[in-house]
Amino acid sequence: MHCDECGKRPATVHITKIENGKKTERHLCEQCAVDNNALSINTTFSINDILTGLMNTGNVLPLKMDMSKELKCEVCGLSYSRFKETGRFGCSHCYEVFGDKLDPLFKKLHGNTGHIGKIPNRAGGRIKLAREIDKLKQELNAAISSEEYERAAEIRDRIRALSSKEQGELE
Amino acid sequence: MSWIQGGGLENNIILSSRIRLARNINDTPFPPMLDKKKGADLIESIYNEETQKHMFGGYKFYAMQETSGTDRAVLVERHLISPNLAARDSIGAVLIDRDEVVSIMLNEEDHIRIQALLPGLQVKEALQIANNIDDMLESKVEYAYDERLGYLTSCPTNVGTGIRASVMVHLPGLSLIGNINNILHAVSQVGLTIRGIHGEGTEVLGNVFQISNQITLGRSEEEIVESLIGITKQIIDKEKEARTTLMNSYRMKLEDKIWRSWGIMSNARVISTQESMKLLSDIRLGVDLGVLKNIPIQVLNEIMVEINNASLQKQSAAELNSTELDIIRAETIRAKLA
Repeated sequence: MHCDECGKRPATVHITKIENGKKTERHLCEQCAVDNNALSINTTFSINDILTGLMNTGNVLPLKMDMSKELKCEVCGLSYSRFKETGRFGCSHCYEVFGDKLDPLFKKLHGNTGHIGKIPNRAGGRIKLAREIDKLKQELNAAISSEEYERAAEIRDRIRALSSKEQGELE
Repeated sequence: MSWIQGGGLENNIILSSRIRLARNINDTPFPPMLDKKKGADLIESIYNEETQKHMFGGYKFYAMQETSGTDRAVLVERHLISPNLAARDSIGAVLIDRDEVVSIMLNEEDHIRIQALLPGLQVKEALQIANNIDDMLESKVEYAYDERLGYLTSCPTNVGTGIRASVMVHLPGLSLIGNINNILHAVSQVGLTIRGIHGEGTEVLGNVFQISNQITLGRSEEEIVESLIGITKQIIDKEKEARTTLMNSYRMKLEDKIWRSWGIMSNARVISTQESMKLLSDIRLGVDLGVLKNIPIQVLNEIMVEINNASLQKQSAAELNSTELDIIRAETIRAKLA
């Protein structure tokens, strides 16, 4: 059988398409099949493809990729290789399990690897305290270097109070 | 007030402003990995006897599995749920407030997606509303939140703030003078993205575009909203310039186009969604420029929603084929413009 398209080379690719209940058959040679894009079934390009593309750039050695297959979230069972295929996490714990491996992806998607926005009241109570203590420590240093010792003492007391509150939240 | 009723700043160019916050519950698989039982438990943790009484008194609850395909599609057409939620047959649900400003989607791609939708340019106001709902929900459930990464989401494109701030803009002037692609390209250079009318993966109809932030991590909610507003204001200026140019140089041609579109819209007997969206764009422009008078923005918005298939289907008990839909569409438009 010769190729339907060029009529010269032998047909090696046989395509059966059923669209709206109508069956069509095409017999093509390899060359014409490639030229006609006949082999691409899915031509839509989804966000998953883009994410997968982003995760696979860089010089990742095949050996390293095999190793990462072992990485698996114990809460939802999602493996890192599966994550790379779907571009979706299975649960919040996956973030912890995949850890630093995700940073290059975040960097590419967002240009950043750290959150600076809203902190929830409940889950973030401790974080809010920690940020406040950090801020006070900076103020304390500033006060000391400008020799405002009375103010420094005040700030130190506030840090102490907040630190003991932080301890309480941890326990 | 629902976006359909119109109002807010710059509402002849900005049809609506929207904030969406993605939130998840700690240690519970994300909805795509959630079975029916756990999905139902999650809904119960948000929508239960107690919260029905104290939190969601003014809300309507729809479980996707108990909502017909047509009714779900109507909610999509009114911009109250995403096409993605409508497809979540087994575990998806939504709470919608009486004014259709707030909708809380449950078990979409994330456990909770809070949406606040307002008419005109009111992105900050929408953020305020969404934040209040967020705080209220957080008092009931424990969110998945990481000290370093912020709110954890199913898709890495939403991590951090989990915020999607967007405006729906009508840009016929820029389209007519052939400048739209330059603008859209410029917008994409500054971390914003342009989509069709119903969000991701949907086509652009009737010169209506949705502009939204792309980056969710490493910028605060306020910064994200400010930058969207800043860019939107520039686009508004460009659109106004384009309209002035058109009115100064091609007034007769433009008025002719508007009146012809009016003629077809108010007289057609059979009309497709695509054609009516295209003509509606001309009529909206005509109203904005004062060429057409006495047509309230609310009527234009109602037409934009009600010419869609599901909303038309809803009017009829029998299943309509595409020709019948085109006939009812034409009738609906004529009645609205009469």
